Amino acid sequence: MRNTEGRWLRLTVLGIVSAGLVLPILAGLWETARAAFGLLPAIGAETLSFDPWRQLLALPGFMTSLRLTLWTGFASTLLALAIATGFCAAMHERMDMGHSARLLTPFLAAPHAALAIGLAFLIAPSGWIARLLSPWATGWVLPPDLATVRDPYGIALILGLLIKEVPFFLLVMLAALSQVQVRAHLAAGRALGYGRGLVWIKVIAPQVYPLIRLPVFVVLSFALSVVDMAIILGPSNPPTLAVAMTRWFFAADTMLILPASAAALMQTVLVGTAILLWLGAERVAIWLGRFWVRRGGRGLSSGPGLALAGAGAVILMLLGAAALLALLIWSVTWRWPFPDALPESWSLRAWSRPSMGWGTALRETLAIGLATTALSLTLAIAWLEGEDRAGMSRARWAEGLIYLPLLVPQVAFLYGLSVTFLRTGISGGVVAVIWGHALFVFPYVMIALSDPWRALDRRMVRAAAALGAGPLRRLFAVKLPMQLRPVLTAAAIGFAVSVAQYLPTLFLGAGRIATLTTEAVTLSSGSDRRVTGVYAVLQAALPFAAYAAALMLPALLLRRRLGLAGAAP
Amino acid sequence: MNALELRDVTICPSATRVPLFAPLTLHVPAGSVTTIIGASGVGKSTLIDFIGGHLSAGFEASGQVTLNGRDVTRLPAEARRIGILFQDALLFPHLSVGDNLAFGLDRAVHGRARRRAAVDAALDQAGLTGFYDRDPATLSGGQRARAALMRTLLAEPQALLLDEPFSKLDPDRRADLRAFVFDHVRDRAVPVLMVSHDAEDAAAASGPLIALE
Repeated sequence: MRNTEGRWLRLTVLGIVSAGLVLPILAGLWETARAAFGLLPAIGAETLSFDPWRQLLALPGFMTSLRLTLWTGFASTLLALAIATGFCAAMHERMDMGHSARLLTPFLAAPHAALAIGLAFLIAPSGWIARLLSPWATGWVLPPDLATVRDPYGIALILGLLIKEVPFFLLVMLAALSQVQVRAHLAAGRALGYGRGLVWIKVIAPQVYPLIRLPVFVVLSFALSVVDMAIILGPSNPPTLAVAMTRWFFAADTMLILPASAAALMQTVLVGTAILLWLGAERVAIWLGRFWVRRGGRGLSSGPGLALAGAGAVILMLLGAAALLALLIWSVTWRWPFPDALPESWSLRAWSRPSMGWGTALRETLAIGLATTALSLTLAIAWLEGEDRAGMSRARWAEGLIYLPLLVPQVAFLYGLSVTFLRTGISGGVVAVIWGHALFVFPYVMIALSDPWRALDRRMVRAAAALGAGPLRRLFAVKLPMQLRPVLTAAAIGFAVSVAQYLPTLFLGAGRIATLTTEAVTLSSGSDRRVTGVYAVLQAALPFAAYAAALMLPALLLRRRLGLAGAAP
Repeated sequence: MNALELRDVTICPSATRVPLFAPLTLHVPAGSVTTIIGASGVGKSTLIDFIGGHLSAGFEASGQVTLNGRDVTRLPAEARRIGILFQDALLFPHLSVGDNLAFGLDRAVHGRARRRAAVDAALDQAGLTGFYDRDPATLSGGQRARAALMRTLLAEPQALLLDEPFSKLDPDRRADLRAFVFDHVRDRAVPVLMVSHDAEDAAAASGPLIALE
């Protein structure tokens, strides 16, 4: 009887999610696949063939690109996981969830592009670090001829990815750790003579890992397919596969779209294979781990490894903070000759003329971000409300549906999606871009809101029903106000995700929509750090403002409600 | 005529399909408090959930609930006009004490001033004069329980369910609140059904007693 409650709501939500989220991804993959086998009537390619693949393999630097992609993707993901695990092991007892989450927020909020540009300003041969050390320590009076950014090994790219991924892993690990009896198991393990570090590796980590597996796959897929950060920090000739195919898609020679599509299809296979490989490695790790646990080694000396990981996490956060500071300083610099530690003269000139471009980009970014967030939030709340009314818990396939856009690489379907949009006449406008952003904003909003929504005391809702409040009134007068904080946090996360989007704007805006992100990435290859700084500062400032609002609004609105402050029962 | 009636009510968890108790048929007349007594875990609160329309997914029930001759078994909770006093006060934390009462107040009371006056009168009755703007989190346990009762009564329920409403209070406060609750509900001349595992509650209710096994 109860399962029929809210059936229409659930069907509507499922319909919108299928048609709005899943269908575009499938249609995009389909069009990409057709083009990968020579079918793209728009450029006159109408014969089914393997030529695009032959072309792809023959393109200069292809194999190097592939190798580079695999190296940077796996290295950054593994390192980030190790550093985050070590940091948790070393610090967990001294961290409390609320404070740590607040400390991590700036790094989660900062868009990849802004952070990458700031990091380049920091570690480049003429960057801030070199300036701080010169000439007294290095003797350099001119920027040295070193490839510290865009290095052929992708070290700068890995570093940039780590600054974003370690805080993300820390956040999901902290959430997972709250479901594990850390203190009790740590005490039990240590009472059996195991060192703290080893209890973490042998007892705690195996309990945490299954809970963070999907986020690990999301990070792996992202690291293998990232474009904006790889353009700014990664090697440029040849670049990673994702950057290479983005270039081919936008090359003057439109025939390059065919091998680019083949590469995009290959990227999907690559990510799928990488996840399978990872799953295989899990099996091996479980087998080896069991063997290792049975030997009973106590290993009292795992301290140094933990300290190293802890130090690594701290260094990454300091680098991230310094990178954002470098952006701000450059945006108000007038003259800053090498090797001075600070600018010689300051100026607001780069900021003074919004009509020069950043005003428009700011407006576009805001409008797209707000619209996308509002749409995604509405859909997420409707979904959760549908689950509530049916009294159902989420099926695994539904959870998979939410994660789908985060697991399939963006480059793999966005070109195909732009072709579909072109055919249906919604291409190149703000609507197409908002739709594209929502594909990635919705999952994050949904993930952020689900746990707090389920944690709501159901008896409050029953009490409202017993007082005669119908479903709509229960939602708007009881649930949503009680969930103000998580709803606003989810909105801030969604907005930050939208602001950071690069590829969807690029592909679906057809070059006509310029946001802070697309402009910042384009400018990053130029020479004027002042102008680049302005765009990057604005790009980073928007998510910060959203997070700050999400933090402060509830404090303001609910300042007289102790029961929602988290302190009272 | 005014009565809450249960006919052959059984409830079982969907997983096991073993009924929690033997089929229950019950006539709860208006103006007195009928008490169902039983050990914890026997399904008293689940029975209250079923009568009020709040049965969780994971339970299946059969039988019929009628209120004043009207079959309410298939109605959603908000349409049954059955008030519930829960173990906890469950005041909405985002609303002030007065707004909590206003949330409950029957729609039939029109006009801002009249609604405000009704809420203020209820606050007076509960010994909470001047508490309209207070944060529920700053109230004592007894004050919260009285506010919750007032919120429930303002909705003009046609029947009342009491789900161990005194079990979480200190023993000395319990007697006071019990007297307060029973005084107010007897005035209403509506059927009242209480579940409890406390013999003192049942004695104070001084109405029919049913043991659930």
